[in-house]
Amino acid sequence: MTEPIIKIEDLSIYYGEKRAINQVSMDFCNNEVTAIIGPSGCGKSTLLRSINRMNDFVVGLRNEGKVLYRDKNIYAEDIDESEIRRNIGMVFQKPNPFPKSIYDNITWGPKINGYKEDWEKLVEESLKRAALWDEVKDRLHSSALELSGGQQQRLCIARAIAMRPEVILMDEPCSALDPKATFKIEDLIHELKESYSILIVTHNMQQAARVSDRTAFFYLGDLIEYGPTKQIFELPKKDQTQDYIQGKFG
Amino acid sequence: MNRRLMDRSFYWFCKSMTWMALGILLILIFHICRQGCEYLDWQFLSSLPSRSPEKAGIKTALAGTVWIICFTALFAIPFGIATALYLEEYAPKRHPFVRLLQINIANLAGMPSIIYGLLGLTIFVRSLGFERSILAGSLTLALLILPVIVIASQEAIKAVPDSIRFAAYAMGARRYQVVLGQVLPSAIPGIMTGIILSISRAIGETAPLIIVGAMSYIAYTPESIFDMFTVLPVQIYNWAGRPKEEFHAIAAAGIMVLLLLLLSLNFIAVTIRSRYQRYK
Repeated sequence: MTEPIIKIEDLSIYYGEKRAINQVSMDFCNNEVTAIIGPSGCGKSTLLRSINRMNDFVVGLRNEGKVLYRDKNIYAEDIDESEIRRNIGMVFQKPNPFPKSIYDNITWGPKINGYKEDWEKLVEESLKRAALWDEVKDRLHSSALELSGGQQQRLCIARAIAMRPEVILMDEPCSALDPKATFKIEDLIHELKESYSILIVTHNMQQAARVSDRTAFFYLGDLIEYGPTKQIFELPKKDQTQDYIQGKFG
Repeated sequence: MNRRLMDRSFYWFCKSMTWMALGILLILIFHICRQGCEYLDWQFLSSLPSRSPEKAGIKTALAGTVWIICFTALFAIPFGIATALYLEEYAPKRHPFVRLLQINIANLAGMPSIIYGLLGLTIFVRSLGFERSILAGSLTLALLILPVIVIASQEAIKAVPDSIRFAAYAMGARRYQVVLGQVLPSAIPGIMTGIILSISRAIGETAPLIIVGAMSYIAYTPESIFDMFTVLPVQIYNWAGRPKEEFHAIAAAGIMVLLLLLLSLNFIAVTIRSRYQRYK
């Protein structure tokens, strides 16, 4: 295990009275892909959103415990959440490009954060890294909403990359895409882990097995098992993990 | 009755209602144009009102309307959009005070315009001492159209999907950057629709302006917001009420000018709207 970039310590998350995440502690490593799997409603998206404080927008949600990013608790009083989100990017379940041009989708984030860039170069690099450049280079100024679903999702990845984050959170990024587009995104994840730490929530076990280095299995808010993906899929230690992976429930 | 027949007849019912309404409107416009066209010329646009119909012109009323509408828009649009943004993006929606405010805005949108006239008379003309000025008139009309702008803008802001807001926040945007950089541009087409409707209403308003003191005869065009004024509908009303037949014709010419002004304002608004709709 390389040096952990995010450490979760004893984290519990409540929606009102209901506990969605139950005293979870785990580390996420630098330059690795970590998959979070589990049946619907097990709290995996809630956990992911606690890492860039997107849970702040959920009314009635409450945290206990710590999330450390580079050894700083992101829930501490003096933390600026917008600074956290600059370094920990996010790709959502449904592609959600801004209703602007492809070019503006890439540059909007860095611009509002006061970055000074060679914008042409940033756009080209980001789109190339997201494997979208060849498809859109002739129409950078047309609407992002004219792209197909798979292209839109890759644009969202390019948009996240343009911020030069250290970590990218992906919340079921392929659930709205067809198999071909899914394959492209998975391919892309492989390449991106050279430069970023990626946390991906997925309900698709084959996808977790294909793209991740480590896998965490959640069930009803508990972290059941966490380890190298190969071990989780081939030699799970817990019966629940085994049953889920074999498709006995889900 | 069988459903097939029902289907056909409902279709014809809706279709004929649409065409009938359109037909009545066209007859009305045709009638006015036939009556007014002989008077509608440059002389009519550039002359002061007069006792004799051949010399009478609409210059002062046209200028007054342009002044009034510009300042009404200037006062109402920033207030309206900012209020809508506050109510949708900042205010706690379930707070009893916010709910009360919301109900009141909806009620104000349906208030008879003459009541706004009385309000304007009390506050702007008398208490604040603006007298019978463009300032008092346009502030009164701004109050009149404010609720409509607020409600239309709120609807447009509500229609912006949350996924856009979250995407922006996830990139480290501050709230004002999300609101000004993403929500507002996406809502502009809808907001423009509300503004077009309400400004069109303001152009045609007569009653509140008569109460705050629009003149029926004025011999000069306004030069500042503290000057007295008259507006097109007041002038038209005045001409239409005279016994001489020729004045009815110049009233029709005045209506044509009013319609043209409305159309050109709508054209500007539609242009702005389509500019912002480029990325739909």
